[in-house]
Amino acid sequence: MREDTAGVLETESRAPMEDREEKERGVMAEQRGEEGESEATKENSTKGKEENGVDMKAEEEEEKQQKQQEEEDEEERGMSKQVEVTMEVSERVPGLTAGVIRGADLFGYVGIEAVLDQMRRKTMKAGFEFNIMVVGQSGLGKSTLVNTLFKSKVSRKSCTPNYEEKISKTVKLQSVSHVIEEKGVKMKLTVIDTPGFGDQINNENCWEPIVKYVNEQYEKYLKEELHVNRKRRIPDTRVHCCIYFLPATGHWLRPIDIEFMKRLGKIVSIVPVIAKADTLTIEERLEFKQRIRQDLAANGIRVYPQKEYDEDAEDRIVNDRIRESIPFAVVGTDKEHQVNGNKVLGRKTKWGIIEVENAAHCEFANLRDLLIRSHLQDLKDVTHNIHYETYRVRRLNESNMNFSELELSIRPLENGNGDKSESESHL
Amino acid sequence: NTATTKEHREKEYVGFATLPNQVHRKSVKKGFDFTLMVAGESGLGKSTLVNSLFLTDLHKDRKLLNAEERISQTVEITKHTVDIEEKGVKLKLTIVDTPGFGDAVNNTECWRPITDYIDQQFEQYFRDESGLNRKNIQDNRVHCCLYFIPPFGHGLRPVDIEFMKALQDKVNVVPLISKADCLMPSEIKKLKERLREEIDKYGIKIYQFPDCDSDEDEEFKQQDRELKESTPFAVIGSNTVVEARGQRVRGRLYPWGIVEVENQSHCDFVKLRTMLIRTHMHDLKDITCDCHYENYRAQCIQTMTSKMNADKRVESPIPILPLSTPDVETEKLIKMKDEELRRMQQMLQKMQQQMHEQDL
Repeated sequence: MREDTAGVLETESRAPMEDREEKERGVMAEQRGEEGESEATKENSTKGKEENGVDMKAEEEEEKQQKQQEEEDEEERGMSKQVEVTMEVSERVPGLTAGVIRGADLFGYVGIEAVLDQMRRKTMKAGFEFNIMVVGQSGLGKSTLVNTLFKSKVSRKSCTPNYEEKISKTVKLQSVSHVIEEKGVKMKLTVIDTPGFGDQINNENCWEPIVKYVNEQYEKYLKEELHVNRKRRIPDTRVHCCIYFLPATGHWLRPIDIEFMKRLGKIVSIVPVIAKADTLTIEERLEFKQRIRQDLAANGIRVYPQKEYDEDAEDRIVNDRIRESIPFAVVGTDKEHQVNGNKVLGRKTKWGIIEVENAAHCEFANLRDLLIRSHLQDLKDVTHNIHYETYRVRRLNESNMNFSELELSIRPLENGNGDKSESESHL
Repeated sequence: NTATTKEHREKEYVGFATLPNQVHRKSVKKGFDFTLMVAGESGLGKSTLVNSLFLTDLHKDRKLLNAEERISQTVEITKHTVDIEEKGVKLKLTIVDTPGFGDAVNNTECWRPITDYIDQQFEQYFRDESGLNRKNIQDNRVHCCLYFIPPFGHGLRPVDIEFMKALQDKVNVVPLISKADCLMPSEIKKLKERLREEIDKYGIKIYQFPDCDSDEDEEFKQQDRELKESTPFAVIGSNTVVEARGQRVRGRLYPWGIVEVENQSHCDFVKLRTMLIRTHMHDLKDITCDCHYENYRAQCIQTMTSKMNADKRVESPIPILPLSTPDVETEKLIKMKDEELRRMQQMLQKMQQQMHEQDL
């Protein structure tokens, strides 16, 4: 086990170092020092001698490590919330890791935690990609919601110069990409719009162009993945999340909603929301949500977060809470008003101001937290590990391992752990 | 000399100025009837609005269909009749509901059951009117159709345009912006302008308020102007009573405020109610009788007579409705009726010919 750990660390050290090279070298040096120690102690047979000998050195190393960590922590405090969340999760984990290693005689502080650090730095430099699709009838506030979520004008409506609010005759998917940055973290956000969905008198099969698009992105990725000379970071145009807008009727799901979610729920993570929810009282909202959840269950529709993909008990608790409150009832706006001396995003009516970010008014904040602050990475993981894999398996089976069709040939592995590095670069 | 002028006036006075009062008295005794149709997709607040307008609870026992039932749902026509009395005046109100309209994935011609229903009522009335016993004709003709446009859109959708065009010559169509509490004042204004533009653009003939007479006072004219300028009405309905500003009113309670249905600065509910019940109910009925029904009748007779001339056979000009179990007595009556009408038709033709010859 220790050898495995050593192996990983060595691979990491060969990766290009960026800004704080010296510090890293320091960390690496210590780790290498410990590796040397552990190998030396392995030669001694008695446990007791090992413990004593190593402990002294381990303590000194520990102190150095801690100082390093503190300095790094100070820098990290300036980083984005998203990255902090990742760190928080990992801080809970050491208990587990330590438990595992305790059985394998690890003395003192190895510094495995620092790997997360390095991962984070690399991720920040490389940036994130996130592709979000919005589906719903015309006028349900899709563009406004997306703009409000990302606090910038990222929707197609805001970017197209001669945008006309016309109902298009067919469903044509259109995507707009922006690179937005926050606290040093760059995100390439692509918003895929689906104008024309559900707007016609006869909406039969209006979901087909969307299904086709989603599968096309998987196909693109698959082709790239199977290529002989493939890029280190495969451009990811797969749809990570599909927000489906339900009109706030207060009754049930409509046939078109059921048909759409049944089909798309199998290939992409759907997050249904109740649009323009300021027409429902709190009571009506709760009843509506309950009926929707019943409808979803009755039709076997799985929406995000899917119960089957909960990785552990912790995930399940968090996700259960989310599942009990979906679909989120949202209200969106880009206008600000003064409320009690503060500037808030809201809609001003004759009977009051609806504050978009006030949890007592609507669930916009919950949606934002889910999509961006807590489950963004999870959405990407589910898309990659589950939806994409399902597609891949299906495709490979379909073509009966017809290698020529998929351009698969003997690919020379660059290093011993070709597969591993592949999965790690999918950040 | 006031005595002599009074005498003089009394001599001149015939007294038929009391006619309106007599009509009034008779009407009160007889009572009014009014048939109102509501159309629009599920969940736009149609039932709630009707309840608010007439202060009733017509849909107490309504059950919403579950998922499977809804997938295969077709457009139905349902009728609820309620007798309302206020200050001695009776109103027999019939609400015709159209559940299922626009709810399916494929809504092609989903208005067909609705236009068929309206035609059937005209047909029924035509038969009754042309019949022998006209004492107790029941008028089931639809006097007004409130069409609910969702507030979520940016204007008229294809289904809205098609529906209103299909019904414009059969019934008074009054489009409404439903669930207006999800719109800010600026959005309402924009939507109303957009809708008025598009209604013009597509040549949709919705119900027009009659112009008020030139001798009306300025206040009335102003009211009338305001009414016309705020169409289509943006409405909100409510089944619940809430406490607002120290009063108990019909309204909706939100965390951010209370919407009062009868507050004119909140929505146009009061305007709609005024128009529908208090000022224009009679006009709606008149237009239905004088315009839509007459159009139907003329069309009917035309098709019948052209058929007659084409066939050179004498046919009954009255469309024969399929009767459930015609007994011998009714059969005889129908035969007699047909004979009479045929004779009348022949007389008409003769007269027309004579007139034609005279012209030459």
